[in-house]
Amino acid sequence: MSTLLEVEDLTITFRTAHGPVDVVDGLSFTLEQGASLGIVGESGSGKSMTSLAVMGLLPPTASLRGRVSLDGADLTSLPESKVRRLRGDRMSMIFQDPLSSLNPYYSVGMQIEEAYRAHRPGVTRRQAHKVAVEAMERVHIADAARRVDHYPHQFSGGMRQRVMIAMALSTEPDLLIADEPTTALDVTVQAQILDLLQEVRRETGTALILISHDLAVVSEIAEDVVVMRHGVAVEQAPAERLFSDPQHPYTRALLDAVPRIDDEIGELRGIDAAAGVGGKP
Amino acid sequence: MSATSTGQSTRQSTGQSTVAPASAPTAPTSQSSEPLLRATDLVKEFAVPGTGGLLGRADTFRAVDGVSLEVRARETLALVGESGSGKSTTARIVARLTDATSGEVVFDGEPVTRAKGDRLRRFRSDVQVVFQDPYSSLNPRHTVERIVTAPLVYQGREVPGGTRAFTQQLMERVGLDPDHHRRYPSQFSGGQAQRIGIARALAVSPRLVVCDEAVSALDVSVQAQIINLLRRLQREEGFSYLFIAHDLAVVRQIADRVAVMSKGRIVEQGERDAVFDDPQHEYTRTLLAAVPRIRPEWERARREAAEARAATATPDREAEAAGTEEETTA
Amino acid sequence: MVRFLVTRLAGMVGVLFLVVLFTYAIFFALSPDPAVQICGKNCTPELIDQIRTNLGLDRPFYEQFLGFLSGLFVGTTYGTGANAIDCAAPCLGYSFQTGQPVLEMFEQRFGVSATLAVGAAVLWLLMGVSGGMIAAIKKGTWFDRAATGAALGGVSIPNYVLALVLQYVLVVRLGWLPFPQAVPFAADPGQWFLNFVMPWLVLAFTYASMYQRLTRANVLDTLDENFVRTARAKGLAPRLVWRRHALRPALTPVVTLFGMDFAGLLGGAIIIETVFGLNGIGKMASDSITKNDQPVIMGVTLVAAFLVIVGNVIVDIVYTTIDPRVRIGARA
Repeated sequence: MSTLLEVEDLTITFRTAHGPVDVVDGLSFTLEQGASLGIVGESGSGKSMTSLAVMGLLPPTASLRGRVSLDGADLTSLPESKVRRLRGDRMSMIFQDPLSSLNPYYSVGMQIEEAYRAHRPGVTRRQAHKVAVEAMERVHIADAARRVDHYPHQFSGGMRQRVMIAMALSTEPDLLIADEPTTALDVTVQAQILDLLQEVRRETGTALILISHDLAVVSEIAEDVVVMRHGVAVEQAPAERLFSDPQHPYTRALLDAVPRIDDEIGELRGIDAAAGVGGKP
Repeated sequence: MSATSTGQSTRQSTGQSTVAPASAPTAPTSQSSEPLLRATDLVKEFAVPGTGGLLGRADTFRAVDGVSLEVRARETLALVGESGSGKSTTARIVARLTDATSGEVVFDGEPVTRAKGDRLRRFRSDVQVVFQDPYSSLNPRHTVERIVTAPLVYQGREVPGGTRAFTQQLMERVGLDPDHHRRYPSQFSGGQAQRIGIARALAVSPRLVVCDEAVSALDVSVQAQIINLLRRLQREEGFSYLFIAHDLAVVRQIADRVAVMSKGRIVEQGERDAVFDDPQHEYTRTLLAAVPRIRPEWERARREAAEARAATATPDREAEAAGTEEETTA
Repeated sequence: MVRFLVTRLAGMVGVLFLVVLFTYAIFFALSPDPAVQICGKNCTPELIDQIRTNLGLDRPFYEQFLGFLSGLFVGTTYGTGANAIDCAAPCLGYSFQTGQPVLEMFEQRFGVSATLAVGAAVLWLLMGVSGGMIAAIKKGTWFDRAATGAALGGVSIPNYVLALVLQYVLVVRLGWLPFPQAVPFAADPGQWFLNFVMPWLVLAFTYASMYQRLTRANVLDTLDENFVRTARAKGLAPRLVWRRHALRPALTPVVTLFGMDFAGLLGGAIIIETVFGLNGIGKMASDSITKNDQPVIMGVTLVAAFLVIVGNVIVDIVYTTIDPRVRIGARA
């Protein structure tokens, strides 16, 4: 297996009224072809900014240092027009809220076709339409040939996320980044979407970065896990190692704080500011 | 202005006792056989937007469809379900934040479904609500002091012991720094803001607190602290919770009894462990099976490792545990 | 969809009825006896009585109101016998001042108001919408600041002040435009056109300011939408992200506003028409108010309300083609 993505000493700085703020500080990780990585952390940990940085979608007020290499090409030094050609083609992304992430004015089919045609110049509308239907079938949207002409508001939350996944996969990317893909969904729908992500990964060989605040969700999907806090990776390890023998006090505390469904575990343990060694205050 | 009716003055004294940390919690006044709150056959219909109009009646959608439930004194009834199940609407009906299309709510033996005036005011101080989003449910232009005493002021009641002392005592009870009584909501972190919301609910010494997804928006570490706080307050004060949540793992930590809602109806209701360990309804089983879990063998290994560490390095572990009630200020 | 339109049209009829009822009631209650007004100088009590009977002013309110309503739909006849005057539907009555049928007055003046509205609308859409879009793209640059400042000025300066300033500068000082004088189109198209230039500019400037602000704010809001982020994540070219994903949602509210503004203007621009001496519906309205010419006031109110409501219904229909959420109601 060869390395697909290499993030090296990534630092993301925001210009704010109170001076520069580092939201990600010296993050490094690698992702093999077809592998899956979970990035877990609480709000403000910098996990979503990391994913936007990889995609080259950081807001203009952010600046970035370090290297983000996809297949050996450093995205941080490529001009925007080159990165744009990789975006949506070699690497795709899905987001937390599928309703607001789809444009209400266009049919889902048009939005999938658009993603495909952006990277396949010369493809006819008819061909793209066929790709859209197939992509929707692949994510198990029943009656795809008819549903392809429907608008986002005509789908349920789970189906909208399936549309997003279909769109992301239409170009057969090497990397799929899913940023809290199930957070806005009901628990039964979440289970279906997680199953779907597993399935497409098996079948297409796409590598996956799953970003979540939910340790249990990450534990079900990821082969490797990065635990982030205040912009810093406090612990990175294979999932089994991380969940069965966490080393960092913050990881331990985080795992202790998760309410379990199987059991009432008396006093839940919160996390003190001082408990997380290595994070910034 | 001081309260004159006997009913109010009793409550007033209860109010003071809960604020004074020394006094023992007062037992609820309701008869032991009668539940604190009983809702019977609640129905809530909404007009479907875009239908009807001048010419015809709009189509209706039943958000709540014949829900009956009881909350007993000192217990926590959790109402769980997915979005659109009608759990929040049920809670809003119970708290009289919205009116039911039909059905009845009896609180402490008195029907309150159509209560007005004094009776409604009394009900409002007996039943308090803690909402999901702490920031949007707290007025950003008011200090903690003003927020926390607002329920009393609205009801024309005196603030026992003066505004500042009252606020500071409440803040202490919910684990906030009493010196911050003049700060504004935006100066607190999410978990701290939710504590202010809880303090506001406590100010009128309620007998039922409706928590509408009260811990759903919080980070896991903060969520754990708020769950602990809610449990502790219930132990101390003896009030009841109607706890609305979609997160079954959270419900397992806090509920005595659980009612599972789907499509406007309660499909299963029972003692917590019975519902979780031996669910009877198909929907409950689906719901429980869908909850993501960390593999049990990993969990076991982690706990064993933690215990082994605790055995070898006790002082270290205790030092770490000591600070767990505090919380990072954003 | 059909149900939607039927509901809208039924609502429109209801609102129109209420407008007519209230306007009629207000003038019935407030205005001095029109019979005395009509009668003029050499008046006798008998004459007043006769006018009252002819116009039906001696009958109770509801009868007069029903008479007015039926006049609208089936026409009416004033007076009896030899004095009888037929007024065909839609009958808006006769001016107390001139005796001219109100409908005829509209027909004569509508062209002026429509010309004013169309010309101004073209100008303000061009200036406002494009100005707003460019300001949004170039947010924070000198263009944005200048355009936003000008818009603030346009919103806050009363248009009659602007009219006077413009007249002084363009006509008196620079002499770029001839002094406005009433000429029909057929007589001197050039002069006719030049007459409209200033009113167009003044009207358009005020509206353009509002549209600039609305467009700029909408475009900025839309650029923050998650679906714009999705479009970028797909790797779409920036101009496609812009055209397809940002512009359409941003301009939808502009359509609403435009429908109502334009319809309102067709019903007369009172101040502009008065200031520039244009003989349109607005001028007719202001004249009729000062002279308490009740049938004309009623007519103007009714027509203006009718236009605004029709404009609204048209906007709703346009909306159904722009926004699929309106066209296709619920989930399938």
